[in-house]
Amino acid sequence: MALRELSSLEKFLGLKKPNKYSTQGGKKVPVLQNNNGPALIGLVTIASHLIREAKRPELLGDNAEQRAVVQQWLEHRITRLDNCSKEEINIILKDLNRYLEDKVYLAGNVFTLADILMYYGIHHIVVELAIQEKERYLNVTRWFDHIQHYPGVRHHLPPVVVLRNRVYPSGNH
Amino acid sequence: MKLYIADGNPHCIKVLAALELAGVKCDTEVVSHEEKVVPHFTHPVLPVLLLPDGQHLFSPNSICQYLFDISGQNATDATNQWLEWEATNLQPAVLQSLHMVALQGKHVEAAAVMKEPLNWLELSLSKKNTPFLTAEAVSVADIVLWAALYPLLSDSGFDAGELRFVRGWFERVGGLEACQTSVRRVLQGKGVEALKTFLQKLPATQTQRRDSPTNANEAEDGEHVMTVEEIEEAAQVWSEGLKASPAVSERKHPVLPQEGKRNVLLTSALPYVNNVPHLGNIIGCVLSADVFARYGRLRGWNLLYICGTDEYGTATENKAREEGLTPQEICDKYHAVHADIYQWFQIDFDFFGRTTTERQTEIAQDIFWRLHERGFLLEDTVEQLRCESCQRFLADRFVEGECPHCRYPEARGDQCDKCGRLINAVELRNPQCKVCKETPVIRSSKHLFLNLPKVINTPVFYVWFDAPIGYLSITANYTDQWEKWWKNPQQVELYNFMAKDNVPFHSVVFPCSLLGAQDNYTLVNHLIATEYLNYEDTKFSKSRGVGVFGDMAKDTGIPSDVWRFYLLYLRPEGQDSAFSWSDMALKNNSELLNNLGNFINRAGMFVSKFFDGRVPEMLLNEEDKRLIAQVRWELKQYIQLLDKVRIRDALKCILNISRHGNQYIQVNEPWKKIKGGDGDRRRAGTVTGVSVNVACLLSVVLEPYMPSVSHTIRQQLQAPPTCVSTMLQNTGTFICTLPAGHCIGTVSPLFQKLENEQIEALRKRFGGQQTPSSSSAAVETKPSSGAAQDADPERAKQLTALVAEQGNKVRVLKAQKAEKSVVDKEVETLLDLKKQLSLAEGKNPAAQKGKKK
Repeated sequence: MALRELSSLEKFLGLKKPNKYSTQGGKKVPVLQNNNGPALIGLVTIASHLIREAKRPELLGDNAEQRAVVQQWLEHRITRLDNCSKEEINIILKDLNRYLEDKVYLAGNVFTLADILMYYGIHHIVVELAIQEKERYLNVTRWFDHIQHYPGVRHHLPPVVVLRNRVYPSGNH
Repeated sequence: MKLYIADGNPHCIKVLAALELAGVKCDTEVVSHEEKVVPHFTHPVLPVLLLPDGQHLFSPNSICQYLFDISGQNATDATNQWLEWEATNLQPAVLQSLHMVALQGKHVEAAAVMKEPLNWLELSLSKKNTPFLTAEAVSVADIVLWAALYPLLSDSGFDAGELRFVRGWFERVGGLEACQTSVRRVLQGKGVEALKTFLQKLPATQTQRRDSPTNANEAEDGEHVMTVEEIEEAAQVWSEGLKASPAVSERKHPVLPQEGKRNVLLTSALPYVNNVPHLGNIIGCVLSADVFARYGRLRGWNLLYICGTDEYGTATENKAREEGLTPQEICDKYHAVHADIYQWFQIDFDFFGRTTTERQTEIAQDIFWRLHERGFLLEDTVEQLRCESCQRFLADRFVEGECPHCRYPEARGDQCDKCGRLINAVELRNPQCKVCKETPVIRSSKHLFLNLPKVINTPVFYVWFDAPIGYLSITANYTDQWEKWWKNPQQVELYNFMAKDNVPFHSVVFPCSLLGAQDNYTLVNHLIATEYLNYEDTKFSKSRGVGVFGDMAKDTGIPSDVWRFYLLYLRPEGQDSAFSWSDMALKNNSELLNNLGNFINRAGMFVSKFFDGRVPEMLLNEEDKRLIAQVRWELKQYIQLLDKVRIRDALKCILNISRHGNQYIQVNEPWKKIKGGDGDRRRAGTVTGVSVNVACLLSVVLEPYMPSVSHTIRQQLQAPPTCVSTMLQNTGTFICTLPAGHCIGTVSPLFQKLENEQIEALRKRFGGQQTPSSSSAAVETKPSSGAAQDADPERAKQLTALVAEQGNKVRVLKAQKAEKSVVDKEVETLLDLKKQLSLAEGKNPAAQKGKKK
């Protein structure tokens, strides 16, 4: 799974020649064999490395504050979202929904790597949501729809349909 | 900037150390563990750094990274990697281990949990010749890892083992003044004891390691666990093979209900005649119903599948005016367009009729008079828009105006395309007659209503009274004995297939009319509705030229079976789904080519190459029996699901079967064993034999979904015709239908890869760049839409390959004396491909003439 994300990210960044990856351990942690240095291990590490390779540092944040916010959502993705249990999913969605209430992207007003990797990581959850749940987590759904339509991001994932008009009356949450 | 910490929270050690080391000035406030500092989190999280711009940093590692960043030490690949490892590997182990030490006193177990991460750290440090993790100087990585390990490694009761390098590094980092201060502040000299409160409040999920990651997807369609009895039974049934099974009964028209049989009457919503159906219409009714019809016939049900074009209504009139034809001519023309499209999609109707027939008038009038005589109709006035210059009342689709809700300027009389709300035409702002652009006036007109409870007193009566009666009249045109189907609720089960917008009419209005007529009509038993299929995140739109319409699908060069597969794979069951070109290519290449096609082709090729085309002898061992039982279980699932019309889910069972098969071949490596000794060669034989029999089963279960591919497989395998009905009997029986010694035919690949360039070209072509006029022209002069293209060498290359393949297919079919209708169909495809090829090569004289102009 992580390998497909990385290859989609490479396409998004327009990197010419695709890298060769392997995986490590039972959790299939991605490994990038690097010609001019030791191997890089870990999804976030490799993804950040690719961004620098592609000379798109703004995707990691333009200033120290933004960089830290991006970093913490990347960490959130690999520590909380990955392998979370069914019970945790609801809390994660609820918290994220509140966080996104006044934000366009995870780092505020700019699109970053955090949006890409959170989108990849949350896709399998959103795809299973019923219409009613999508409406309950309206901000997550809105953000998700926005990112899946962001040019060049979606690649390996099927699109998820999001209704533009609400079916269930608001006010019960 | 402000830092919130809590006493006895181990995460605060690293943050305080980093703060000190970076020399950043910042207020620090000590709060309780329960304090919710970050407003969007349900559970309290600490430590938290409030940034100058008002954002909260809630990840301890990101806080450390930030503090180093603002003091001029940027993140590197190396520091990132250690931070990621700390968060994903070390931290879960540390929390679990601390929990054991502080609350349970399990020191041995706690050390065992830490063994793996500590060894990894030891190994990494031993390879380094720098004093710190990433460089000569201390970095954020050292602080974060050291702080994570501190409570455990400084505890005298914790036995970490030898770990020479870890110890050395740990002392070096711990010697820093910043580190010592932070430890004193958080642990207050009490060591692990100080963490007790924090650890007690940790959610269990953080203190229990989950070594086997549970992916939400995998957990759901997890493997079926089989009992020994189940496996033995499956193997037993399998070995019995084909017995004298009932001869396949040919379909004889007219199909009529029979005593003692399951009589199923199946209708698909009648497509409206004035439009070319798009992919959403096709999956919504005719294709879904076709899969079920084919399945039902294979199951031996006595089944009648009827459909036809709905030809009445104002839209026909409008279209006729547009094209300068009479309504009858429009109907004739478009009825043929529809029939063509469905034929190409291999929709196997028993009868595809139309509603403009004598029978329709007779039956509609009969039902009307019966309702009228019984007093079930009432007259009422309705406000409606009337165009004075056209001298008529305007039906909803003849009015356009501004949406009263969202102010979208081009809202239709019944619904707004932008906000999706339903509109009453009289509510439109600035309404316009679509024909003459004049402003209509509101007038009252008289309408007839079905006298039902208020809910459905609906002014659409005039349309919907006669439309569903089309089912009856079309059946009446198919057979004079139509009443045996339609006035026979005791014997007949009625299935209606439709998209969701048709549900109210089929569930309420139509049954009520039939009930009210009091003439023993057959009423709907199963109403099968789909949600909508979108096109690449937007709606199909004929006027904007967005989307693939039925008549264009065949111009894509993608075989009809592949279209069927992808549409059924996407079937919007439960919620709307979306057609996407790249997803179609992905599904074709991964599921059809690499999974299904690959398995069937390999199984056949092994028989041809290694065993001279004869199925080898099979001596089943435990592994073979297990596979057979697995496949049998999937087959039973398939039948259970299709009995409930869960078409999309049943398709997944098919793909699971070939996935099991691929794994089985991969593990047993018959291509290697065939070169080995006698035992190995026998094993290769068994694996090949079982695989080719699984391939034969696949051809059977594929039949409703991909009829041509299904036939091709059975022809390649020379499978006995009775295998189909036999294996789909009852709850599903997987048997050895190709016994040892059976001769198979020539095996060739079933699917072709869809290349990126090809898909991109298609996406562009159907993405809405077509002008409205050219798209409607494409309907009338289908072949010329291809002719309009210039010579295209890439496309020509693909087509050459397709022509060669199709040519082969036809030769094989003829050699095998296949049914004439099957051969004819394939020949037609071949001719069509050849035509496309000559167009792509720019050879067509007509096309060249066009260019000279």
